[in-house]
Amino acid sequence: MTDIFSITDLQVQGRPPGGQYVPIVNGVSFSVKKGEVVALIGESGSGKSTISLAAMGFARPGCRISGGKVVLNGRDIMALAPQERHVLRGREVAYVAQSAAASFNPAIRIGKQVIEAPLWHGTADAMTAGNTALDLYRKLDLPDPENIGARFPHQVSGGQLQRLMAAMAMSCGPDLLILDEPTTALDVTTQIEVLKAFKDIIREQGTAAIYVTHDLSVVAQMADRILVLKDGAVVEMGDTDQIIHAPQHAYTKTLMDAVTPAERPEHLPAANPEIILSARNITAGYGAVTILRDVSVDVPKGTVVGVIGESGCGKSTLARIIAGLTPTREGETCIAGKSVAPAVGDRDKATLRDCQIVFQMADTALNPRMRIRDLLGRPLQFYHGLTGKAQAARVAELLTLVDLPPEFASRFPGELSGGQKQRVNLARALAADPKVILCDEVTSALDTVVAAGVIALLNDLKDRLGISFMFISHDLSTVSSFADDVVVLYAGRVVEKGPAKAVFQPPWHPYTKLLLASVPEMRQGWLEGVAETAEAQAAGAGGVDLGAKGCPFANRCAHLIKGTCDTTVPPMRVLENRLAIACHLQPDTLPGARDRS
Amino acid sequence: MSDVDIPVPRASVFAGLRLTKTAIVAGAVLLLWVFLAILGPTLAPHGEAEIISTKTFAPIGEGGWLGTDKLGRDVFSRLLYGVRTTLLLALITTVIAFAAGVTLGFAAAILRGWFDIIISRIVEAFMAFPSTLLALVVIGALGTSITVLVLTVGLVLSTGVFRVSRALGMDIGVMDFVEAARARGEGAWWILSREVLPNAMAPLIAEFGLRFTFSILFLSGLSFLGLGVQEPDADWGLMVQENIGGLFLGSSAALIPAACIASLTICMNLLVDWFQQRQQGETVLEKIDQ
Repeated sequence: MTDIFSITDLQVQGRPPGGQYVPIVNGVSFSVKKGEVVALIGESGSGKSTISLAAMGFARPGCRISGGKVVLNGRDIMALAPQERHVLRGREVAYVAQSAAASFNPAIRIGKQVIEAPLWHGTADAMTAGNTALDLYRKLDLPDPENIGARFPHQVSGGQLQRLMAAMAMSCGPDLLILDEPTTALDVTTQIEVLKAFKDIIREQGTAAIYVTHDLSVVAQMADRILVLKDGAVVEMGDTDQIIHAPQHAYTKTLMDAVTPAERPEHLPAANPEIILSARNITAGYGAVTILRDVSVDVPKGTVVGVIGESGCGKSTLARIIAGLTPTREGETCIAGKSVAPAVGDRDKATLRDCQIVFQMADTALNPRMRIRDLLGRPLQFYHGLTGKAQAARVAELLTLVDLPPEFASRFPGELSGGQKQRVNLARALAADPKVILCDEVTSALDTVVAAGVIALLNDLKDRLGISFMFISHDLSTVSSFADDVVVLYAGRVVEKGPAKAVFQPPWHPYTKLLLASVPEMRQGWLEGVAETAEAQAAGAGGVDLGAKGCPFANRCAHLIKGTCDTTVPPMRVLENRLAIACHLQPDTLPGARDRS
Repeated sequence: MSDVDIPVPRASVFAGLRLTKTAIVAGAVLLLWVFLAILGPTLAPHGEAEIISTKTFAPIGEGGWLGTDKLGRDVFSRLLYGVRTTLLLALITTVIAFAAGVTLGFAAAILRGWFDIIISRIVEAFMAFPSTLLALVVIGALGTSITVLVLTVGLVLSTGVFRVSRALGMDIGVMDFVEAARARGEGAWWILSREVLPNAMAPLIAEFGLRFTFSILFLSGLSFLGLGVQEPDADWGLMVQENIGGLFLGSSAALIPAACIASLTICMNLLVDWFQQRQQGETVLEKIDQ
């Protein structure tokens, strides 16, 4: 087959406001055949999105394509006038962005937006385009395809919206489809259905595709060939099979190592550990919506409790309640053995000091107008009354503690990388000398390699300083590599909790099983297998339901007991070894229970 | 995100400012007016209220450089005296408006609850009145003194500043670093002055420039209605009002101060535009034709 698209020696330059142009992409060449999926993989800043935009002849404001050839269907895109490029876009090359929610106009019905491109290009009238769209909805497995076009973007789920965006991109029947991290913002259980739909439609339409992502295991499912990028240059190129099983370049090996977490020795808890942090029967919500129902979590001294759940399950709300930032309806929080006031303003300094919170977004959690020295100095002064030289000395100590050079004290957060900022964030929490630190998705905004470094640091701090952690995350592999105890939240309720080892092994709660099965594995063909299972089929049928009646997972469960699960709240049964599961199924009929015995 | 610092060539302070041509012209005009506001009275050939000619509404070149007004006073001298009044009053009123508006706006955004509700409703009640009408009522009731004038205009302008800073405060107030300060146990004052204000400076400076021009226009309007600066003091708005009758006699005595007001406000606006563009990075406008 011939190349439908090729890039030769692409050079892209960018500049900061008022600054000089510096190279972002340096001499990248590759080609895509008809029906082939080529993946661009690399960390943030590796230039993968810039290349994917250049494939449409577009450069972001402040950037320019300074050299190279971009050839689509035998025509050099860069030689065309801007108007001619407009004609190309949507019709011959289409783009699916990372966040579908941000790409749809919230005020216009979905159907109208999907057929916008064919109407604009004049390739079809509204009737024909509508029929094509309907066909695409069916192929993408969207529920109720006849009527989904009449809805507004906020009336469908995130996974459905991402698929609708694919329908929009396919509406003109493009020769080349560019997918820029299309599933990164989605939950793992949703990701499966979207990946499956993308893969099927690409195969069926015979479209060539460029798939941009940082996630190697997703690439293993989607791509025929992989380009590994670093600092705007290709470090390795090869077939998916070869890159995954026999990476040649040292950098590719580093990437592969970072996604396969190291085994670690089992943590043996003390016989009767002191409970440092305890949230008891927490119920909370915003307005009429209840986010958390009767949630209890204990953090024993010197241990890490992982809280797992997908977006909207209430895990961040739980951290905010413990920190006193969000009011509760019922329940109480105990820190270091005493019950504390629900609102942060009513707590005394000692209580505030004992429990610190670290936020997800390192970029926004540090005041951009303060130097690192002041950011770390303030809690020292606030909690310990340290000023002047003593403060400066302690700031240097803290920076060393999180593996940053003490010279960073005079920098502003904007001068630091994402991983460095997250370390400063941790240092700020450590400045208080806390007993427990609440980590709210601290690694989810970081690149895999950088995140692995932060986790290693947390492990080290736990051992050296004896601090307890409540570690909130949606990323199962991170939690399994770090947590001693695990709590699984679904729709604001605890569905399973216990020692990490017991939670990750059968028997499982049906939701835990779905969650574990949904984490992409680093092997080709995994996607096809998992999408066919009863669990995945049942999960795709419904959305997350925050209702008070029955089990919250009833509408997506493959083991539903009609008349019981949808009406009665399931009992929390304690199985052996502190493992507790909230399910109507008898312990011996739980998923995985038979395989074990 | 990169660890490598990209060197920005900096020939001088001016290069660092990244001035555009428009900004240079606008800035030069404004500097000229400020310079004249300081030195004007010493440069003026005649006194502020000195009648130099029996001929009223003399054309340009006759009597004085720019002619005479309705009483035969030198228009040029009155312009030089007037720029001080106009600029100073506008500056004071804008500062008052910002002191009140920003403090209350941020406080409302951070404290929320009943404080926000009460202040916001009061401000909305003030905003419901047309601003000129409101000023007319207040000044009419309390009399026309400079103090009343300045406080009234400051109050009227502060409602807009309040809305802007409340919105800014709301935006910044929900950012993680403010949450982090709240979780640490910081009080409202620290959060307001150390976390929110430094991050609101750029939009507030732009807003200050815009409110300053509103203030000039508003004060000139009041002077024109006879409620602002009183004769024999010189003020540009007042000069337009005094000499409006001369328009029918072919005199430019009303047009010249009007043009001065226009130059002041237009240049201020251009400078604010440049500042905002610079904050967002001028590259936004570069690749628009792609």
